[in-house]
Amino acid sequence: MFNWIGQTLAVTALNLRTIPQRLGSSGVAIIGIAGVVIVFVSVLSIAAGFTAAMQGSGSPSRALVMRSGADSEMTSGLGGSEADVIKQAPGLRRDGQTALASAELYVIIDIPKISTNTSANVPMRGVDQTVMRVRDEASIIEGRMFEFGTNEIVVGRGASGQFVGLTVGNEFRSGQDVWKVVGVFEADGGVSETEIWCDARVLQGAYRRGNSYQTVLARLDSADSFDTFRDWLVSNPQLNVQVRHEQEYYAQQSRALSGLIRGVGFGIAALMGIGAVFGAILTMYTAVSTRSREIATLRALGFNTTSVVVSVLVESLALAAIGGAIGGVLAYLAFNGYQTSTMNFSTFSQVAFAFQVTPQLLVMGLVYAVIMGLVGGLFPAIRAARLPIPSALREL
Amino acid sequence: MKFLPLLWSSLWRKKIRTIFTLLSIFVAFLLFGLLMTIRTAFSFGVDIAGLDRLVLIHKVSLIMPLPISYLDRLQSTEGVTLATHNTWFGGVYQDPANFFAQIVVDPEPFMTLYPEYKLPPEQLTAWMADRRSAIVGVDLAKRFDWKIGDRIPIQGTIWQPKQGQVWEFDIAGIYDGDPGVDKTQFFFRYDYLDENRRGGAGLVGWYVVKIADASKAQQMGATFDSMFANSSAETKTTTEKGFVEGFAKQMGDIGAIMIAITVAVLFTMILVAANTMAQSVRERTSEVGVLKTLGFSNASILGLVLSESVLIAAIGGGLGLLTSWMVVQQGDPTGGMLPIFVLPSRDVVLGAGLIVTLGVLAGLLPAVNAMNLKITDALRRA
Repeated sequence: MFNWIGQTLAVTALNLRTIPQRLGSSGVAIIGIAGVVIVFVSVLSIAAGFTAAMQGSGSPSRALVMRSGADSEMTSGLGGSEADVIKQAPGLRRDGQTALASAELYVIIDIPKISTNTSANVPMRGVDQTVMRVRDEASIIEGRMFEFGTNEIVVGRGASGQFVGLTVGNEFRSGQDVWKVVGVFEADGGVSETEIWCDARVLQGAYRRGNSYQTVLARLDSADSFDTFRDWLVSNPQLNVQVRHEQEYYAQQSRALSGLIRGVGFGIAALMGIGAVFGAILTMYTAVSTRSREIATLRALGFNTTSVVVSVLVESLALAAIGGAIGGVLAYLAFNGYQTSTMNFSTFSQVAFAFQVTPQLLVMGLVYAVIMGLVGGLFPAIRAARLPIPSALREL
Repeated sequence: MKFLPLLWSSLWRKKIRTIFTLLSIFVAFLLFGLLMTIRTAFSFGVDIAGLDRLVLIHKVSLIMPLPISYLDRLQSTEGVTLATHNTWFGGVYQDPANFFAQIVVDPEPFMTLYPEYKLPPEQLTAWMADRRSAIVGVDLAKRFDWKIGDRIPIQGTIWQPKQGQVWEFDIAGIYDGDPGVDKTQFFFRYDYLDENRRGGAGLVGWYVVKIADASKAQQMGATFDSMFANSSAETKTTTEKGFVEGFAKQMGDIGAIMIAITVAVLFTMILVAANTMAQSVRERTSEVGVLKTLGFSNASILGLVLSESVLIAAIGGGLGLLTSWMVVQQGDPTGGMLPIFVLPSRDVVLGAGLIVTLGVLAGLLPAVNAMNLKITDALRRA
């Protein structure tokens, strides 16, 4: 037994030490596997970043009220009187006489993207006086909050970085309105950082919406009071609304796009993985065949076949692990934190987010690399073990 | 041609290596074909968008409606061949996950403006005859197994019907079109919508205008926008191509980044394969020496080695491209998220070019080396 371990260690060490002599073909395998891991990790980091932005947006203590049948804020609609009724619902948190609920309008405004200089659908939200108390994660990080009743706006951190002219002190025209940027806010990296906020009543005028809103975002007394709040609203004959947890709403919004990115990412990575496995097999075959005389000599000297098999496998695994590590590091350096924005089809509007190369993705990449190495080394290892000694000694 | 058996046997000198080289090239070109398809899908059919069609949207944003009264003014403007209006309906069929585009149109001008949608004449007549009828794309019909005459209930999200909760449509026709045409859409009639919607009467989403002279697109656009300037609904006019391009750009660099990464890696995969092919020629120096001794000319040695590598590339790459084409023929695997799912013939040609380049590049250096080899050196090097 010890003899076997000793043999295996000796042959494996020999293999690993001679890698530098076969730098060309080993390099090819490493590059191939590193490439696959780069694709795998970086494409999935897009989906991870997008999902994180969307799911970080909701709070468990908030509920979103929309017209029943509406599938997003964009298509919902509530009258001014309906909004007033909703604010009287039980289960809402109150601050003195004020219900902590924000009746909001959600529209799109055309503003060019900085990166392409073509117009983009930037979401614009008309909010209530209570907005900062309802969305307690939001805070102004530059300038000040807008004055209600004026054409002043505050912009999210993401929007400010992605779209033209959204900097404090700047004014821009849209249709017949002029909007003045007076502040920048952040909201824990959630999607509202892509939005522009202004007074809902001013926005009603600008978009000719009369006294109507689209949604009411309500702060609940506690997460448990959701049922009370929903049941009261749904059973109220004056209203025709649906009530959802805010988190659940955003999770559903992100599903389609992140599913698509993930599907494409996994699909491409799987196919490229097959290609890389072929590369690894080729490399290991070359490694085995250039040393077939050595291997035969070892076996003629009495070295065990399994120790030869293990040594070839370990070499392949080592190459794969190196490739996987290089790929992961490169993907991290190139893409982690990369800021971009895309279109969220459910609301037809832009969402800014950052790619996230999470530790979990790096581990997945490395595991994938090791699997590729294992598969790639298996057949050449078996071949090395089956090499007929006499003819192998005569080879070359 | 008479050297074909020789080529063939040298190809199979090391079976395993040749098989895996073939497989690597196969996978690389399979991926290439699929990627080009995805790239086209992400561009939303910009290649087929018309240059002589202009799109007018509300200046503030696409979601703001325009009054139907603009139609007559557009139609009577000089240089306009035909104008019509479209409206986004955004309804839900059974479940929000069943997403597909529903667009409200005026059938006659619509079918004239978009000759790329092919609808049998009797189905067009049926559509014109019945207000409640709709036409659907073949891909959409296949997805939900719809047939002509089926009644389709759709829940309105933007527009609610005056009576009941859902809108109902009868399928009057199924349209087809060339590759690249979006065959997942659902078109129904504006008069039906306008009569039955609660609120919003006389409002349409956007206008499409065909102009007589495509080179005057910019000028005509400016004319239209000034016609409606200072009204309650100012417009912004772009060419349809510009409009689709702008829309595709809103997806941002996600598609571009995914494709850039993958192309880079694809390139490495091809390099790896080329390296292996070159190595297999290098190993056979002594065989080349023998061939030369037998009287093969330099030119025929060059030809032999080059055709061997081109042959490998052609078999592996050709099969890869063919397979990707067959996969794409099966249609969009995501169920409606990538409505334009075709492998453009331009990219097939590009792929074929890449295959030949790969074969020549991989074979060239070793082939030249083999050609210049002195017989004595070659035989001694064994």
